[in-house]
Amino acid sequence: MSRGRGRRYDCIVVGGGHNGLVCATYLARGGRSVLLLEAAERLGGAAVTREFAPGFSVSACAHLLHLMPPALRRELDLARHGLALAGDDVPTTALDADGRHLTYGPRDLSGLRARAAADAESYATWQAQLRRLAGALHPVLSATPPRLGTGTWRDRARLLGLGLGVRRLGRTDMRELLRIGAMCVHDLLEERFGLPLLKGALALDAVLGTNLGPRSPGTVMSLLYRAAATRGAEVLQQPRGGLGALSAALAGAARAAGVEIRTGAAVERIAVREDRAAGVVLASGEEIAAATVVSNADPKTTFLKLLGSEHLDAGFVRRVAQLRARGVAAKLHLALDRLPEFPALGAAALRGRLLVAPSSDYIERAYNHSKYGEFSAAPMLEVTVPSAADPQLAPRGAHVMSVIVQYAPHTIAGGWDAQRERFTAAVVDTLAAYAPGLRASIRATELLTPADIERQFRISGGHWHHAELALDQFFMVRPVAGAAQYHAPVRGLFLCGAGCHPGGGVMGLAGRNAARQVLREAA
Amino acid sequence: MLTESEPHYRQPLRKTPFHERARAVSQLDSFVPWSGYTTVDVFTSVEQEYFAIRNASSLYDLTPMVKYRVAGPDALRFLNRLMTRDMRKLTPGKVAYTVWCNDEGHLIDDGTVFCLAQNEYRVCTAEWQLDWFRASAIGFDVELREITEEVAALAVQGPTSCRLLRLAGLAGIERLKPFEHGEFQLRPDPASGRAALPVMVSRTGFTGDLGYELWMQPQDAEAVWDALMEVGRTRAVRPIGSRALNIARIEAGFILPKADFVSAEHTLYLGTERSPLELGLAWLVDFHKGHFTGRRALLEEQRRGPRRLLVGLDVEGTKPAHNALLYSARSGRREAGSVTSATWSPTCKRNLALALVDAPYSATGSLLWADIYLNRELVWERRMVRACVVERPFFAAARRRATPPADY
Repeated sequence: MSRGRGRRYDCIVVGGGHNGLVCATYLARGGRSVLLLEAAERLGGAAVTREFAPGFSVSACAHLLHLMPPALRRELDLARHGLALAGDDVPTTALDADGRHLTYGPRDLSGLRARAAADAESYATWQAQLRRLAGALHPVLSATPPRLGTGTWRDRARLLGLGLGVRRLGRTDMRELLRIGAMCVHDLLEERFGLPLLKGALALDAVLGTNLGPRSPGTVMSLLYRAAATRGAEVLQQPRGGLGALSAALAGAARAAGVEIRTGAAVERIAVREDRAAGVVLASGEEIAAATVVSNADPKTTFLKLLGSEHLDAGFVRRVAQLRARGVAAKLHLALDRLPEFPALGAAALRGRLLVAPSSDYIERAYNHSKYGEFSAAPMLEVTVPSAADPQLAPRGAHVMSVIVQYAPHTIAGGWDAQRERFTAAVVDTLAAYAPGLRASIRATELLTPADIERQFRISGGHWHHAELALDQFFMVRPVAGAAQYHAPVRGLFLCGAGCHPGGGVMGLAGRNAARQVLREAA
Repeated sequence: MLTESEPHYRQPLRKTPFHERARAVSQLDSFVPWSGYTTVDVFTSVEQEYFAIRNASSLYDLTPMVKYRVAGPDALRFLNRLMTRDMRKLTPGKVAYTVWCNDEGHLIDDGTVFCLAQNEYRVCTAEWQLDWFRASAIGFDVELREITEEVAALAVQGPTSCRLLRLAGLAGIERLKPFEHGEFQLRPDPASGRAALPVMVSRTGFTGDLGYELWMQPQDAEAVWDALMEVGRTRAVRPIGSRALNIARIEAGFILPKADFVSAEHTLYLGTERSPLELGLAWLVDFHKGHFTGRRALLEEQRRGPRRLLVGLDVEGTKPAHNALLYSARSGRREAGSVTSATWSPTCKRNLALALVDAPYSATGSLLWADIYLNRELVWERRMVRACVVERPFFAAARRRATPPADY
């Protein structure tokens, strides 16, 4: 039945983002013949390193690696496939307008202790509790969510295991988990901390990459999500060569496992025969047959564009269409002719991340604008200077600055073409308040709005989790009921991207979970 | 007509374009609400009206039927994915009775689809469907519009209905076959100076008899009514209300929403939804036409076998078995189902019922027992009577399908 190159594969993975690569590797290791198709010329999806000005390269979207569980990296043997770190366990610095910056890391609280001893104590207590909760929650992230009401032993066992894991926390922690699980992070931080600068920094971690503000319900969940991914041992790392180097290592692992990879091969649609996924049709018209198709594309793209409503039930399509997936994280890249200078900030801090989030209210105010299709003149920023630790990213003596900016609405009043310059200026102005000489050192800029991210990386809504990370789109209902166990309603079609449980953030668990599900179901 | 000035909850039920004519001939002034309209329940007596359906001609105002226009490049693809039947077989000039289901394969509603032209359809339903149709339209280039108020509808049913329409000037009506529709002209009226009126006619109906449904512009409604009453003056033509129609539709074995099933969009209790397989409508479900909403769930149900089935019952005695519980034995120890619709059939001279019974008791010939409550001059009595599962329809006259129909 196959045409084109004529070969029929056990599995075709549509999309070579990190989850697609992880999934393909596990499928190949499970004995399947696997073809991975990537529309772009290079692998990695949004986890790529790109030259944005002559001699200046930067991670296009995420710029730090912090969620991928160590066990997954070991299983994939990423170090052997070339993953090296330019920075490991890098510090976080919350920038202060008055120059009283706060540098801290999970294991280094000296700066915080000197500034606010009580907060340092609370922080240690909170981290310890977070680690305990994360230990119970990690298994939730690393397995297929159970379905309710099926009566099968696997679903029952998983629910029981989840309950037992939470019960084993003991009464105090279990109560706290149930209490804070659906809370907003602002209230949680108010309970525990005093220093606005610290609360701003911790709130940033809860809302980064989400279309939520610190006062949005469920933002504690996104903190727990971050903690659970790494069992509470989250460290910030900077891969040598940027996030693209991670993708290269993942691709190396995939090839070593026997995955056949084709880039520049855009899938136009998923072929369906007899109500079963039968392969894919490329934009070139080439048809490739496979028993199983696994899509790394986001749920809306997969179901509404690649598959098409006519192969799905109307109620399911309505749920997919209503999935909230509007990104608000923009990316600004600056090519600088020298290392930026932040008065009162040591050189070591520049190898870590710098946060412009002086208080939780500051973030909430920035968020307010995005609700109405505007941007704030005082945005929330996560800044790195990757070239400080990895000189190959910029010409000698020059540097690159990588800034995640929130909140940039996907659809902006007046259109992004008209607002692009103003937005860039607002971010540079905000930075210049902390680094006065910055503006004069800028040689080139690149701005990626959510609309750009949507177009360039083929992500509906330009949301880096593919679907908002919120309680109503989490676990057993992620992305939507009817597709939460990685398999689509159409037999032979699976999802493996960030839109599935547990979600995105360069974590890789969705890809591994999906592969295990495919290996179980499609024997 | 809904107006901007009054909120909808302050507005009375709407009046159909036939309302003034109906009111003028109604002896009982008995109106009931139907989809936001007020319509006649009984004009004079249920029995007289019923016999107009079976022995002469009846006029029934079905304007409140909810009507949608479905058009656009993907109209056929949209309908084929929405409906359980293969809509590709529906060509211009044809009408199809069909049902549609939700993802779980539970019935949302039944209705008729008129193919007006390629990719241009009219869908007539018992209840409002815009929400579901819009959800079903995601991914299809199709325009959906409710046109209930824009189209007046009148059913003309009975053995002399063809003759009646011919007398009113609808030339060629005798060639219209069941489930076809066409454009016809009502003869001009020189007395009043009225010009000829265009009327769309379909050979469809809810009586199981020879009959037609007339679709016209609201401003033409009274003229059409007047013309039919005039030519029918010596032919025992009668306007009928919904109660007489209900007897005829049970005889014909047709199901009615809210009586024989509740739309899956409206059920509140789990397990009260019904599938087309349970309702004996498997013949409407085409598993081979490609995907449609509910197909996977229905395939699974078909594999498992439906747990209950809608059947026809012939009940002992003459008392309609309204709401009766059914038992597998006279002892009344094991419940086997319940009656959804019941009537004494004046034409079949049988005590008929439609009932949902558990699958093991659904075979034709199965003997069940119906628990009937009788009110004998204010004294209630309970009777356990035989109820035998029989073939449907109970009433199937050859004249229903004869083309041309007999010329009375």
